[in-house]
Parts: sequence; C-alpha cells; structure tokens
Amino acid sequence: MTTVTASENGFRRILRSIHIPPVYFFLILVFLIGGTLDQILADGQIFKNPAIMLNIVVRSVALGIVAVGQSLVIIGASIDLSVAYTISITAVMSSYLMQGKTENVPLAILGVFGIGALIGVANGLTITKLHVNPFIATLGTSLIIKGIINATFSNYTGSVPESFQFFGYGTIGPIPVSIIILFLTVLAGWFILARTKFGSHLYGVGGNTEVARLSGVRTDRVLIGAHVMCSMTAVLAGLFLVSLMQSGAPWVGPNGIYDLNSIATTVIGGTALAGGKGGVWGTLAGVLIFGVLDTTFNQLGVNPYLKTVLQGAIIVLAVASYTIRSKKEVA
Amino acid sequence: MANEINQTSSQNSGNIQPTMEVQNISKRFPGVVALDDVSLQFFPGEIHAIVGENGAGKSTLMKIMSGAYIPDSGKIYLDGGKVSFAHPREAQKKGISIIYQEFNLLPERTVAHNIFLGREPSKFGALDVRQMNKQAREVLMEIGVEKMVSPTALASGLSVAEQQLVEIAKAISFNAKVLIMDEPTAALSFTEVKLLHDLVSRLKQKGMSIIFISHRLVEVFDIAEKITVLKDGKFIKTVDKKDVTPADIVYLMVGRTLDHYFPPLGKPEDFGEVVLKINDASNECLKDINFELRKGEVLGVAGLQGSGRTELAQALFGVVPFKSGKMELHGKGIAIKSPAKAIKNKMGFVTEDRKSEGITPRQPIRDNMLLTVRSTQFLLSSILKDGIRKSRKLVPMLGKQVDIRTDSFDREAQFLSGGNQQKVVLAKWLASDADVFIFDEPTRGIDVESKASIHDMIRDLTRRGIAVLMISSELPEIIGMSDRILVMAEWQIAGELPAKSSEQAIMLFATGHSKNAQKNSELAGKE
Repeated sequence: MTTVTASENGFRRILRSIHIPPVYFFLILVFLIGGTLDQILADGQIFKNPAIMLNIVVRSVALGIVAVGQSLVIIGASIDLSVAYTISITAVMSSYLMQGKTENVPLAILGVFGIGALIGVANGLTITKLHVNPFIATLGTSLIIKGIINATFSNYTGSVPESFQFFGYGTIGPIPVSIIILFLTVLAGWFILARTKFGSHLYGVGGNTEVARLSGVRTDRVLIGAHVMCSMTAVLAGLFLVSLMQSGAPWVGPNGIYDLNSIATTVIGGTALAGGKGGVWGTLAGVLIFGVLDTTFNQLGVNPYLKTVLQGAIIVLAVASYTIRSKKEVA
Repeated sequence: MANEINQTSSQNSGNIQPTMEVQNISKRFPGVVALDDVSLQFFPGEIHAIVGENGAGKSTLMKIMSGAYIPDSGKIYLDGGKVSFAHPREAQKKGISIIYQEFNLLPERTVAHNIFLGREPSKFGALDVRQMNKQAREVLMEIGVEKMVSPTALASGLSVAEQQLVEIAKAISFNAKVLIMDEPTAALSFTEVKLLHDLVSRLKQKGMSIIFISHRLVEVFDIAEKITVLKDGKFIKTVDKKDVTPADIVYLMVGRTLDHYFPPLGKPEDFGEVVLKINDASNECLKDINFELRKGEVLGVAGLQGSGRTELAQALFGVVPFKSGKMELHGKGIAIKSPAKAIKNKMGFVTEDRKSEGITPRQPIRDNMLLTVRSTQFLLSSILKDGIRKSRKLVPMLGKQVDIRTDSFDREAQFLSGGNQQKVVLAKWLASDADVFIFDEPTRGIDVESKASIHDMIRDLTRRGIAVLMISSELPEIIGMSDRILVMAEWQIAGELPAKSSEQAIMLFATGHSKNAQKNSELAGKE
C-alpha cells in the first residue's frame, strides 16, 4: 500500500488510487435484480437491449451533473438546496436569451454561468461570513430565485436553436454527447477533489474547519469556491435540460427534485453528510442506481406513487447498510 | 511587572536578540480575562517551558503567538521586527509552528494529507501526491517513527500515541524558527517520550527556539532551561531551571506549597465486600480477565500503551462487552451488554477522551451534569415532576462537590478548561448515584492543582463506600492512589501488586518480564 511498484501500469495505479467505492457492488446488485425481475415479469429489455442501458445513463445525466457539485459542498460539510431553482433560472434565462438564434448562444451561456457564479458566491458568503446554517442559507437563496422566476416567467419562454440541441440529442460516434459531458464533469470533480490543493483543503474544511484553519487553510475561500462550483454544475444541468426541452420552463428544476435527489445520490454514493469524507465516483454510482430503479419500475409498469415509496425505502436501506458496515469495522 | 521581566531576561541572556518576544499581551473572553499584560522573550537554541495551572493562560498565549487568536492589546516581535497575525497562515509563513494540546488531525485523510494540509506540494497546479508522501516519509524519518506510521495510512486507524507523533511530524515539517508544543507528551508512552525529547534537543542545537507547555514537572525539569510561570492570566516569574526545585515551581504556580500530591491510601477497615467480580472473561481483544473489586478501594490498573487497559474499561462498561466468562455485580451474575445497562446497574465511567466521550461540548454545564440522571428516568417524569426543581438544587450542589470554576452553570461546557471539563464529567456520574466508578486516565492533560483535587475526590468516593477502578499511564498516580495494583500486558492481566509497589515492580509486569518469571517458577513447582 505504501509504495507503487514500477511494474504496475498507469491504469492499475489510477484504479488503485480511486479505491472503487463499495456502492458499485450495490449498483450491480440493483441492476441484476432489476434485470431479473424484468426478465420474469416483463419483456426482458433491460438485459436484452443495449440501448436501454445507454438510456439509463442518458436519463441520469442532469442529476449526475448536479450531484457532482452537491458532492463537493457536502464534502465541505455544507449543502446546497438551491440547485433546483438554479436549474430553473438557467433553463428560462438561457432560452430567453437565445431566442432560437445560434449567434445568441455564447452570450446566453456566459449569462447563465454568470448568474450561477452569483448564486454560488451568495450562498458561500451567507454561510461563511454571516454564519448562517447552510441548510437555511441555501433554502433562502432557493426561495429568492423561485420568487424572481415566478414573477418574471410563467410558462415556456423563448427557445433554443437547433444547433444547441446537439448538447441534448447529439452523438459522437455511438456515444451521446450528454454522456460525454456527464463523464467529463465527474472526471473534473474527481480531479478537483483528489488532485488539487483546493480539494485537499475542502476535505479539511469538511472534516474539521478549525483544524483546517489552524493548519493555515483559508477556510472561507475554500467553501465559497465549492459553492460556486456547485452552482456551476446546476447551470450545466440546466443547459442540458433546456436543450432537451427546446424551451425553458420555470418548473424544470423543482419537478425533477434535483435538490433532494442530488443530496440523496451523494449520500448513497458514500459521502458523509457531516463532511470530510467521500468522492464523486460513489456519487455517480448513486445516480446510476436511481437510473436503474427508474428504468426497472417503468419496465415493470409500477404505479408512480408506489415507485416513490420504493425509491425512498431503497435510499434508507442503502445508507443504513453502510453505517452498519462501518460500525462493524470499528468493533 | 515589566521591570521584573527585563531584569530576569537581561540577567539570563545578555545581549542576544530574542527570536520572539511578546509585550504586554492582553486577551479577554466573555466572563474571563485570559491574559493580562503578559510579556515574555524566547531565545534561539533555548527550550523554554511555560507552566501554570488550568486557566493560567498558557494555551491562550500560545494561540496568540501562532495567530489562532488575535490579542486585544499588546505587541509581538519576531527577530526584532514587529509583527501581527490575522490568520494562522501568516504566523506559519513567518516561521512559527505549533503542536496543539487537542488532537488536530482529520480522521478520514491520510497521514501525508494531514501533515501537509494547507501547503501541499503541487506540480503544474495539480497536487503531487507522490512527492507529498515522500516528504511525509522524510519528516517521519526525522523523528524516527517511519516504521510505526505510514504516510498513506488513514489517521483514523492510528492509535492516540501515533496520532500525536503525526502532529509532531506536522509541526516540525514547517522548518520553523519557533516551535510551540502544548502538552506534546500527554498521550505518549515512555519510549515515544524519549524519542520526542531527543528530537527536541536536536532541534535546539539547530538554533530553534522551543516553547514547551507541560503539566509533568519532571519532564519540564528534564528538558527545559528556562521556566516561566503564569497564574490567572498574569506573568509571575521566569527562572533558570538550575536555580530552582520543582517544589519552588509548584509554589509559584498555586501560590502555596502542596505538601502531598496524593491523599492517604485506604485502611484495611475501609474495604468492604467484593462488589465486582470477573471470572475468565474474554472478548475480541481481551483474554482471560480475572479480578475482584472491593467496596471502598481504589484498584489501579497499570500497563503500557496498547496493553488493553482502555479495552478493559470498555468491556466492563458494556461499550465493547465481554463475549465469554462470568461477571458478578454485588454477588449476582450479570452480563453488561451496553452502557445503558451499566448505568442502570450503578456503574460510572469517566473516559480517557473527554472531548469525544465525556462531555457534550455545546450543551450547558447544567445539562451535562444531569445527563446520566435524565437517561435513567422516563422522559416526562424528569421534565414535569420534579426535574426542574431538582436540577436547580442538584446542579449547584454537584458543582460545589467537584469544585467547578465557572461564573454560570448555563455556560456551554466547551468553554471550560480541561480540568474543569473533567470535573463536569465527574459530577455527571456523582449525580447518577453510581457505586462502581471506572476512571480511564482521570488526570490526563490536567494541571497540578486540579489533579490533586481530582485525586482527593476519588479518595472521597471510596470513603463513601464506592469501589473505584482507576486506569492510568502515569505510574506515580497509580502508586500514589492505588490500594491494589493490576498490571496489564498483551491484553491480559499480567499480575497483581500490593499498594505502594515500586515503579520497577510494575514495569517488570508491564513489559512481560515477570510473567515469564512467574510461569517458569510455576512450572518449576509442578515438577
């Protein structure tokens, strides 16, 4: 464990440094159970049809992107409840700014990322400088954005040009662009956490703010940075959703429950809500578990209310199994 | 007062410029003046000990010197130039490094990450983990513990002593001019203390200015050259070690001489019937534990770090229960499977790690004291019936019994000093009417006077017929307090010794020498 021998190639070394999180076994388990049930009770598409597997991932893209940002703030012992409405404001503002014209796209993208940065900075400052509990601070931000968009837009607003729909529907070779963007986002999240000073400091701030401060870490800046990144991922998810829908609607964020779902998938992925522990690879697995469940339930034609009940039960079970496991390790 | 300081320092150090100097530092916290007009000088190549009882202001002064606190008034000079620190980072950059009294590691991060937190080596903007591990190994090698601690190990997997070694490695990795150590040896066993002392002398030869806070006067006299005494936030005196005796220092610290450190031991007539009896008990860690604990006695448990002392306490209290064997409480067989059951059966446990197990830091002192009482009652009865009235009477009474120094019992427990926190823990168990007390390191990291008062309280408990099992890594404490001594080694009880046994006799058992001797003699007897 202490030294990496020269015989190991780069890939194995990377694999080793990632430490495949245990949640992947859970993901495989869920997939196998879901597929088997599908085989027995429905038409068995999950195992038979590779397109459906791809579809599971595509449907997870928006949640996956936000969950990466959510993982960052949760590792920093914070939380962001404003991601859903950040997605909404991104969707309506970008489609409003684009007005169906390709030449407006760069400005619109710049504009919404600007708004995202503003939201992130506002969240970060409220939490670090005004010492407002992150839950309340971001809930407040969320309500403020909600009020603003509801006052301004009541329905689909503007539209995105066809060129921009490449983000949502395009493919490079056989792989959808959206999957590539999700993967790049996760990769970026991993790099930031594991391979930058910022990431290292973020684990410090989340693990014990006072320890980090006494070690010379500028804790406030780190947490503000994490919140800005989190809001940026919400903006990216919003752009993806608007390119799918072709026109922005104010309900896109809250309807997808991106706030609570991104928190749930992060925690299922093994990131501690208390902060200081976890990573984005686990979160990706958490997101995919949601995707597999969703697809399985759809295949089986489960009643949507029952679906929610089952989803809730599975979240609790998954997280409980970690705690029990980690307790056993201690004893 | 300022004149006095100038006198002592000019007498001692001639014309050498101090590495660091603080002048007229004052710091107030809500309700207390932590430091009152303190001035001190620290010279290169000198080990300067700062002593004083709890609340004397030592830790506050160190925190000011390292930039963790900003003083209300006063000046700080470094190499003759005036400095001020708005953030610990600025002090670090100017060459001041500190080992804090409390553990400051991130449990979920590796040793290397912990050592280099805030100044990780990087290459092209990316973290250079390999370089970081290499440098961490070098630092660990410098203090000679590279075999015990791996740079890639998680901090949570390290023992308390190993964590302390990592803290030390972190502090010296700054290549500082001034190294401040706040109770660095409190968690270390003998060999590690020796390592640290060697290291300190090496750093001193390099011209580093070392500031050393310790409650172990023996240690202070071992390594320091200059000793400064603080009391109630005020500067009392700086002296050369060679001019004074430990008794002089104690006198300066407490303002009176402590004629004996320990209360008298129990007399044979004080000891009653066997309260707790353990027969052949084992669990995942412990093997074949056998002993009896009598009413009114202090049974000391000695042993080296990792011999199973703490695990024994945890097994008795049901934290990590025994899996096999017999346990009798008041003559009745019982299996204690949880702390709740232990509390119900009137056992009390004062833990080693009071910060994480003893007190709930953010709750008021009052609620901390009433925690055990409340846990054994029904929720509603404690609040509705006579809970409020009772607590109004009980809390000040307990506070008086354990002599907690605070202006209000509504203050959050986190604001108390270590010694006072320990007294809150004690009060908590007193409130529960426990008749078997387990103490795990009752006086770790506590000043001389609080120590003495906690020892008095332990003896008081036994006079009231309470049975006490006291675990300690400090042999003088074991010898001074125990009516009988159990010595643990390698997860079992290596032997039992009578009161007032010598340190040597205890160490023989603790290091496993006597055990073999005993076995050999037993074998010889059989033949």
